[in-house]
Amino acid sequence: MKFIDYYKVLGVERTATLAEIKQAYRKLAHQYHPDVSKNPEGEEKFKEVAEAYATLKDPEKRAEYDKLGTHQPGEDFVPPHDWQEAFHQGGAAFSDVDLADIIAAFTSGRHQAGARRARHGQDFEVPIPITLEQIYHGAEVNIDVTLPEYDQQGLPHRVPHTFKVRIPKGATNGQRLRLPGKGGPGLNGGKAGDLYLIMQLQPHPLYRVNGKDLYLDLPLAPWEAVLGARVQVPTLGGTVELNIPAGTTAAKQLRLAKRGLPSAKDTAGDLFAVVRIDVPKSPTERERELFTQLAADSTFNPRAHFASGVNK
Amino acid sequence: MNIHISETIWLNESEVCTIEHLAEVSGLSSVELRELIESGVITPVNQDPEHYVFQLDYIVIARKARRLRDDFELNTQGVAVALNLLRRIHELEIELDKLQITHK
Repeated sequence: MKFIDYYKVLGVERTATLAEIKQAYRKLAHQYHPDVSKNPEGEEKFKEVAEAYATLKDPEKRAEYDKLGTHQPGEDFVPPHDWQEAFHQGGAAFSDVDLADIIAAFTSGRHQAGARRARHGQDFEVPIPITLEQIYHGAEVNIDVTLPEYDQQGLPHRVPHTFKVRIPKGATNGQRLRLPGKGGPGLNGGKAGDLYLIMQLQPHPLYRVNGKDLYLDLPLAPWEAVLGARVQVPTLGGTVELNIPAGTTAAKQLRLAKRGLPSAKDTAGDLFAVVRIDVPKSPTERERELFTQLAADSTFNPRAHFASGVNK
Repeated sequence: MNIHISETIWLNESEVCTIEHLAEVSGLSSVELRELIESGVITPVNQDPEHYVFQLDYIVIARKARRLRDDFELNTQGVAVALNLLRRIHELEIELDKLQITHK
């Protein structure tokens, strides 16, 4: 079992009063709570803070914890003798048990030796990365999750599970999949908790997502923009040919209807190809020659409007 | 290792559930849920208070409400204010993303 210094997590002295512990918890909760904080480490951090608070705010759990003395955080340590007696003869099977769980199990076991209350299993929320391709076509993926399982003494052990789940076609970033009864097991006849998978859309190298619409940068050569062209454009449903009208300017958006993302409810989104004009960075001798000739012969002035905007 | 093939429920806007289901899954009471409906945090699909029907994605909001209630020791009015502000932030973030994407 790994030691966690709950006092250090909350930033309080070992002699802190309940009021001081509560105050420290509140401050950290505002800073790290995943529902209100944008801190990317918020979730992990808040879990530690909540675990520390749950143990230290309860005088009995705190007394049990204090018996452990001080260790280095993360240090493997051997639990006190009466814990081992309560839960295990050998004492070796604590390695996959969390400190908070054993303290909770130990203190609650003391009260309800006879009449054990049914306890609802814990819910778990797990982020899963999904790609645009997966939500375009729908996909089946395997998800690895570590969930608690109770041994005969009522101690939860962390056990790895794999779930085969279907990413629904038309799913969106941040949406959840609920797996009923796949969370933590219930205790004493209580119902099992649920598992929630939070779909997190990964950035795509080509497409930017805006609701159901997709945006794709479409680079054109100067002559393609001037003369018009037919170009191959990649879409999630395969390559399509797009007609570029003559005289297409940069930043113009060409709409490919219903080539965006599918929707559960209404019609599919659109794909917008956003025109960029690209130039050869190291032109060949011949290209340079042609451009030089063009520069000499052309009367085109892209900055003509500057003159009219100037105060005389 | 066991591979579980599990029933998955997609919490989206096209499937619906009852207030009892919303309460059971979120851990809020139906009294609290009705208060959140009055504060405009949760909007039922229909107008029949006896048989309210909710989009399934409100499960996410209701669970968030329960976490805020427990972790910050808030009453329902406090939860409602926090959730309405969080929703406004979320809408602004979407608007900002949209501007960045369409004007890149």
